[in-house]
Amino acid sequence: MLVSVYRYNPDLDDAPYMQDIHIDIPGGKDIMVLDLLQLLKNKDPSLGYRRSCREGVCGSDGMNMNGKNGLACITPLSAVVKKDKLVLRPLPGLPVIRDLVIDMSQFYAQYEKIKPYLINDTPAPAIERLQSPAERAELDGLYECILCACCSTACPSFWWNPDKFIGPSGLLQAYRFLADSRDTAQAERLADLDDPFSVFRCHGIMNCVSVCPKGLNPTKAIGKIRNMLLQRAT
Amino acid sequence: MVTNVTSFGRSGLYDWMIQRVTAVVLLTYTLFIVGFLLLTPDLDFNQWKSLFENLAMRIFTLLLVLSFAAHAWIGLWCVTTDYIPMTGLRFLVQSITGLMTFIYVAWAIQVIWGI
Repeated sequence: MLVSVYRYNPDLDDAPYMQDIHIDIPGGKDIMVLDLLQLLKNKDPSLGYRRSCREGVCGSDGMNMNGKNGLACITPLSAVVKKDKLVLRPLPGLPVIRDLVIDMSQFYAQYEKIKPYLINDTPAPAIERLQSPAERAELDGLYECILCACCSTACPSFWWNPDKFIGPSGLLQAYRFLADSRDTAQAERLADLDDPFSVFRCHGIMNCVSVCPKGLNPTKAIGKIRNMLLQRAT
Repeated sequence: MVTNVTSFGRSGLYDWMIQRVTAVVLLTYTLFIVGFLLLTPDLDFNQWKSLFENLAMRIFTLLLVLSFAAHAWIGLWCVTTDYIPMTGLRFLVQSITGLMTFIYVAWAIQVIWGI
């Protein structure tokens, strides 16, 4: 099969280019894209990409495969290869450090803005802060986010305003803490989001939902934040 | 909190609500006019003129014009803040949009009450 990989080494290359590599898949097996990258790296050790857990938990190997963002380690070739061709690019919208490796500083800066930790100004109990099963269930579909950035880098609003719009991933996490019964900073959290960019730059096109490798729904979480803002202000 | 002085109401929630409310006004007016045209197949100039001589229709049309202005401003403000990264040029385009919107509103009032 033919693999076309985005290559850019700022120390050597004037501009990024696509490198075409023909490769035979051993035994014609249906391997994961990450395994294919290892085969490519065996052929050309200069190829750079991030990887760690290789099972969709760490979120290191987010990339754009035949036009759609996803995790290389849990995406089988049969799910993305079209006409025996695969185009691999870095996640769009963030600066490229080298080849498929992107600089995620902007993404993490937005994550930091939403204060991704429990804030509780009441005295800490002797053992732990308890939640009822129903309160805990409110966090399902939110806490599973692994911060791979597939969603935020698939979002045009994040492409155009990565410094102002928090992006689907950060907003899913924002709602994760807004929905937590143990958090007492709900009013402050909401006040920080009530501007024309942070939340409201989302126009609901749902690219985030379509690409999330964990099957989460940031658009739904953003809708809930909007409702909370509306409840607070009317 | 991201601050911005050029948006419609300075609050994302306010802009969002205004855009939804004005969208309902635009839809209602459109349905009314389409309904009127369908129910009046042999419409002539006098019928059309008498429709707009009605004070309720004039108020409804003014509501449409103002809703259209607010809706367009919020929408175009989003487009300019997405696609024009240069602050000076963006402010210029936003100023022209604001001026044109004001001219259209003033002109529409003259048309509605000039019948």
